[in-house]
Amino acid sequence: MIAFGGSILDVLSSNSTYSSTMRFAATLVFAATGEWIAERAGTMNISLEAMILTAAFTSALGSDLTGNVWVALLFGLAGGFLVSLIQGVMSHRFGANQFVVGLTLNVLAVGLTAFIAAEVNPVVKRAGTVRIPLLARIPLVGEALFAQAWILYFLYPLIPFAWWAVYRTRWGLDLRCAGENPQAADVSGIDVNKRRRQAVYACGLCAGLAGTYLTIGQVGSFGADGVSGRGFIALAAVIFGGWVLKGAVGGAVVFGFFLAFGSVFQALGYEANPQVLGALPYVMAIATMILFARRGRQPAALGRPFVRGLT
Amino acid sequence: MRSPGSWGLTLSTAAPLLVVAAGTIVAAKAGLSNIGQEGQLLLGCAAAAFIGTRADVPAPLVITLSFLGAMVLSGLWAGLAALMKFTRKVPEVMSTLLLGFVAAQITTFGLTKKWLLLATKNTSRVNNGQQLPDRAKMPTFTLFGNQVSWGVIIALVVTVVISFVLGRTTIGFRLRMLGLNARTARRAGVSAAVVGGGALIASGAAAGLAGGLWMTGGSAGDRFTSNVSSNIGWQGLLVALLARDRASLAIPMAFVFAALRTGSSFLAATGVDRRITDVVQAMLVLALLVPPAIAAVQRRRRGTEGAS
Repeated sequence: MIAFGGSILDVLSSNSTYSSTMRFAATLVFAATGEWIAERAGTMNISLEAMILTAAFTSALGSDLTGNVWVALLFGLAGGFLVSLIQGVMSHRFGANQFVVGLTLNVLAVGLTAFIAAEVNPVVKRAGTVRIPLLARIPLVGEALFAQAWILYFLYPLIPFAWWAVYRTRWGLDLRCAGENPQAADVSGIDVNKRRRQAVYACGLCAGLAGTYLTIGQVGSFGADGVSGRGFIALAAVIFGGWVLKGAVGGAVVFGFFLAFGSVFQALGYEANPQVLGALPYVMAIATMILFARRGRQPAALGRPFVRGLT
Repeated sequence: MRSPGSWGLTLSTAAPLLVVAAGTIVAAKAGLSNIGQEGQLLLGCAAAAFIGTRADVPAPLVITLSFLGAMVLSGLWAGLAALMKFTRKVPEVMSTLLLGFVAAQITTFGLTKKWLLLATKNTSRVNNGQQLPDRAKMPTFTLFGNQVSWGVIIALVVTVVISFVLGRTTIGFRLRMLGLNARTARRAGVSAAVVGGGALIASGAAAGLAGGLWMTGGSAGDRFTSNVSSNIGWQGLLVALLARDRASLAIPMAFVFAALRTGSSFLAATGVDRRITDVVQAMLVLALLVPPAIAAVQRRRRGTEGAS
């Protein structure tokens, strides 16, 4: 037990822990930010996984076609947006069940990306690491936050921007109203389903960044099982955060730590059962939901479709 | 043994798909979304393989025991999600799915230990399970020159029973009431935790039974491997979505999906990747979502024109 405690201390005091946590967390933070916007508008967007996977694939495709990282980024954004377009239109224009659409999109994305990737076999050019002078020299977290692949730095403007858009603009007020009390929103002249669609599109773009970062920034290749449930872990982070942005981001970083834990633990020379390490992020996601799912107050109309005239 | 023939193969693959779908329908009617069938089915396969290779009893008993074991294990696994849902309000959509990832790690762990699933003489580089003895395999009957697994009959019986229980019994009525209007159900004295939790456990047990059918049916090979479930759980879920939660419709849909699945193995011989099955099946579900949706939009448009 003492040895175990010592190993945890070792992990916590190692610089590489923080860098690796941030690398794993970035995908989750991008995705959780987007999912938070969608959920505040009332959509339980389980196609998040499909959005990340599609973006991871399309950005790999963009990189393969041109070798340009910016093009890859555009491709990734387009991939995430495309899935969100299907999800948004199907569930908030055509009134199809949002879970059914989300699930189907997940299966579709897994099949389609694996199928095309097997044919094309995209070669990915990674985004370069950019060190920000001075800030990167902060002990422990400096390297982690300010010496990463540059796509990660989109996080820093994105999070405050998302907060500002949802809490400080008219659009954001409408959007939160669509998630809390769609009937009242409708009566006061807000097009509820339009706001919800827009929130899903915003989520698609954030997931696009998540997928692009995963392929271009972190892994450097596209693997069909590379996403392996990250979208769902990001969903859990939103619940963990009690539907508040800082909570969702914090949750995503915590889960990022557990995703990174296995590799860091082994890199420091410790032995552990690989299956236990593999299951750790999912077990922790479940455990945190058990502890915190009741703490936050979820948007009152979360997951409920809005049809005018029905209560 | 002669080859089962393509119809036999399709029917034998349809059986687990149908059972997964029937279980999904039970949960869906109670207003719960179980989406962890893939993991539950994998655990069912593991339990069936474990019991099938261990139990030293006559043939019918081995299969019965392995199915029971599979149902109990997967039912308990779904029961964890039910417990979290009704004591701690953890959304079952999240918990069932995340538990699936944990289940995959557990079975992988089982494949590293000889006292669990690993073959006593493993010659392959990857860890494979112990070969199932003949007595643990589902017998077949001959239908128009095709070898059809008895699992098909089991699947049909399960589906009919589920359909009957949901539609014609008090417990089914309570379950549907819970799904249609939870508030009314509570006023009428239906316990969401008992009925809803029971529905979730039943859907997990069905996925486990499907795992047993898949493991012993022959199409999955004769031993447990870490990817033995190969999307049967997901595809069964799609069958339920496609059938719009009607058990009677799930029967032909399961057959169509099984045909697509077995067809893709033949396609693979011509160089088309077999993952195209997932794509076609998902497209099918999306495509069938569109017409009623468009009809609804048109109705709404007409409605507003009439009003103005």
